[in-house]
Amino acid sequence: MRKYSFYVLMLLGFSALLSSCGNQGNKSASNGALSSSAAEKAYIAPGEHDEYYAFMSGGYSGNITVYGLPSGRMFKEIPVFSQFPTSGYGYSEETKPMLNTSFGFVPWDDAHHPDISQTNGELDGRWIFINGNNTPRIARVSLSTFETEEIIELPNSAGNHSSSFITENTEYVVAGTRFSVPVPQRDMPINEYKGNFKGALSFISVDPEHGHLDLKFQVIMPGFNYDLAHPGRGKSHGWFFFTTYNTEEANTLMEVNSSQNDKDFIAAINWKKIEEYVNNGGGTKMPAEYAHNVYDEHTHTGTSTMNKEVLTVDPTKVPGAIFFLPTPKSPHGCDVDPTGQYIIGNGKLSADLTVHSFDNMIAAIEGKKFDGDAYGIPILKFEDVLAGVVKSGGLGPLHTEFDDKGNAYTTFFISSEVVKWKLGSWEVLDRQPTYYSVGHLMIPGGNSAKPFGKYVVAMNKITKDRYLPTGPEMEHSAQIYDISGDKMELIYDFPTHGEPHYAAGCPADLLKPNSKKIYRLSENKHPYAVLNPSEAKVVREGNEVHIYMSTIRSHFTPDNIEGVKVGDKVYFHITNHEQDFDVPHGFSMIGQNTSELLVMPGQTKTSLWEPKKVGVWPFYCTDFCSALHQEMQGYVRVSPANSNVPLTYTLGE
Amino acid sequence: MKKASVIMIIGPLFLLGLFSFPLWNIVLGAPQYPEPLGMNIHIDGIRDMNEFDLQNIDGLNHYIGMRKLPKPEEMWEFSTFPLVIGGMITLGILIGLLGFFGKVSYKWFIGWFIIMSILGVLGMYDFNAWMVDYGTNLDPNAIMKLMNPDGTPMSYKPPLFGHAKMLNFDVTSLPSIGAWMMFVGMMLTVIAFFIGWKNGKSTRVKETTKFATS
Repeated sequence: MRKYSFYVLMLLGFSALLSSCGNQGNKSASNGALSSSAAEKAYIAPGEHDEYYAFMSGGYSGNITVYGLPSGRMFKEIPVFSQFPTSGYGYSEETKPMLNTSFGFVPWDDAHHPDISQTNGELDGRWIFINGNNTPRIARVSLSTFETEEIIELPNSAGNHSSSFITENTEYVVAGTRFSVPVPQRDMPINEYKGNFKGALSFISVDPEHGHLDLKFQVIMPGFNYDLAHPGRGKSHGWFFFTTYNTEEANTLMEVNSSQNDKDFIAAINWKKIEEYVNNGGGTKMPAEYAHNVYDEHTHTGTSTMNKEVLTVDPTKVPGAIFFLPTPKSPHGCDVDPTGQYIIGNGKLSADLTVHSFDNMIAAIEGKKFDGDAYGIPILKFEDVLAGVVKSGGLGPLHTEFDDKGNAYTTFFISSEVVKWKLGSWEVLDRQPTYYSVGHLMIPGGNSAKPFGKYVVAMNKITKDRYLPTGPEMEHSAQIYDISGDKMELIYDFPTHGEPHYAAGCPADLLKPNSKKIYRLSENKHPYAVLNPSEAKVVREGNEVHIYMSTIRSHFTPDNIEGVKVGDKVYFHITNHEQDFDVPHGFSMIGQNTSELLVMPGQTKTSLWEPKKVGVWPFYCTDFCSALHQEMQGYVRVSPANSNVPLTYTLGE
Repeated sequence: MKKASVIMIIGPLFLLGLFSFPLWNIVLGAPQYPEPLGMNIHIDGIRDMNEFDLQNIDGLNHYIGMRKLPKPEEMWEFSTFPLVIGGMITLGILIGLLGFFGKVSYKWFIGWFIIMSILGVLGMYDFNAWMVDYGTNLDPNAIMKLMNPDGTPMSYKPPLFGHAKMLNFDVTSLPSIGAWMMFVGMMLTVIAFFIGWKNGKSTRVKETTKFATS
């Protein structure tokens, strides 16, 4: 017995030695930027999958990038508003209509705020929506194909910034104008802005089955700048909240002239009431011109339709539907907590956050306690709607997201930090620096009734010395913090593509099982598809030559084509016959004035080539598809415009 | 004898599994196929393990000059096998019924088993012969003509049973649910035979005893 206790003592002593060593180790590690445990938290072993998807807007790239959290690895760039030579989006004949607008073909936009579709206030992972800021548009992207399926242009709007936010059952995707403009557009002096310019807030209905978009109505608001927005949820479902600035209605030197009022407004809009008004025949139809572009997954083709009319609503005609909540200092982000009770105005020129209470707002409306009106819209008293003020100690609050434990996280652009605070008590719990000048932040499910409070991603505007220098222009930086504990812990730092203005995240399991691997060739309804290689052909129609071509590892059918003439318009309609996951074939033609195509299994895409020179010109597959990829090529013989070379097409002869 | 006959009726019924489940399964895995390709061999044809697998196996095989996997109408086996199995099931049940009513002896049970075993071996032989042909009778214009270290052309015959490494693929060939059901069914007929044999012995003993005491 004595012997055993001796051993036990010895073991205890040894383990004490071990643990003290360990403590020292931890201490020294925490002196560095990251402790070793932080690195482990962001580490996803080779072949393992991330826990969350993050969809980041590309800002001026016009696209969405898809990342994994917590690894920060980028998986894909989804082309939305910008031409994308990698896949041929916006270059192929099928996708050119997607970028059509009332201004003609617009090959680019400034993509800002992605939002994932919801059912009962929770993410359902069917679609992601995003706004084009510059030429006002809203896009819907499928989360099974990760392709842009629909883009609708918004008339009467300019600087489509308080967009694209969805209601809790994806009834509407809502888009507000940042710049007020003459509605309808007309030739008038700029300095007659005040009282004449208007701000249109668009409510775009979403078909519950197919997701198809329809601009149901526009509320024509006073000429303020409608900066950001969020839907009510839970008890406040049916309302929508927009921050405004430039309630001064200035039209020049805005940075000074639109920062004069001590308080601007959050506009609270009871969209259910307006919907009812509209459904009962309310509103005025106004001539307009806006494109509606729909991509069909089975024809693999987009079509563009020009709409000619929009239903507008004068806010004074629907009493009790719209109110202004005074909010200090040109608020930027307008965020609603998961319960729908608190509406947070992030006053970007102040140190504090203003939190309004939905219950207080309803009580004030019911008590008719108004403090005048603006263009007939009642203004509520600041003190009546205020729930609390977060004395943050930071500078320049921009955006707030929420976790599932009653905490809020706000970015401070000027003081470069994320501040964690408690809903209800308004006390600051923690603050962590960002690198540098953080704009938006994202918690997966943050804009829903059910956030997943494990990570927060801070998206910064300034990178400077964070990575190896790459000349004056650099990608932006992002930081990931673990927020599962009491204190936020920086676990990773990675560059992002374009300028992410916001992101939307969701658990990986919500999307993984639905992600398509191939398109079924048997479901291909493209009018120029070749469903069997024996149907491959070349057809001349005047000076148009249509090449119905199929591809499979590792050849084009046909691969020798003669009888094409200088001045022809040659359309290569290429169908990829693979039905195997991740086996695209590419196509490119020498001297072609467009991008390559990347054709997914089962898909058909069309590339236009207008040969200018006589000769024999090669084309080839641009995707290293197989061991015989280098052999995957063909020739087109181009003869003079007046030649009589017969049209022939062959393979293996 | 009644118990044995009931088991004899149940046994062949297990072979019905062959009409809905595959007899054999061949799986081809490779680094670039983390979800392996596979074919299920049914008595009436070869089918995908996962959608488009056969098409993709054919696509890969064309590099080494293998023919396309046969359609059901391209091999007489796929029309004959269902008839043979159907016939054997009918025969087995018939023997069981006759045994139940005491028209035939338990020896017929083992007889059915022996015929079924011979047919099974013949089937395996035929299957193997097809695989040899499929794996060695290659297109002379194949894109890739690979040689063994000894200079003989490489064969791509999948193993009849077990695992083999073929180029970058790990090929595993194993009996599937249908074969296992057939195995169970056939074993039941052997059990039926043994029960019948044991009962027969004890009956005989009893009868002898009765004879002696009278």
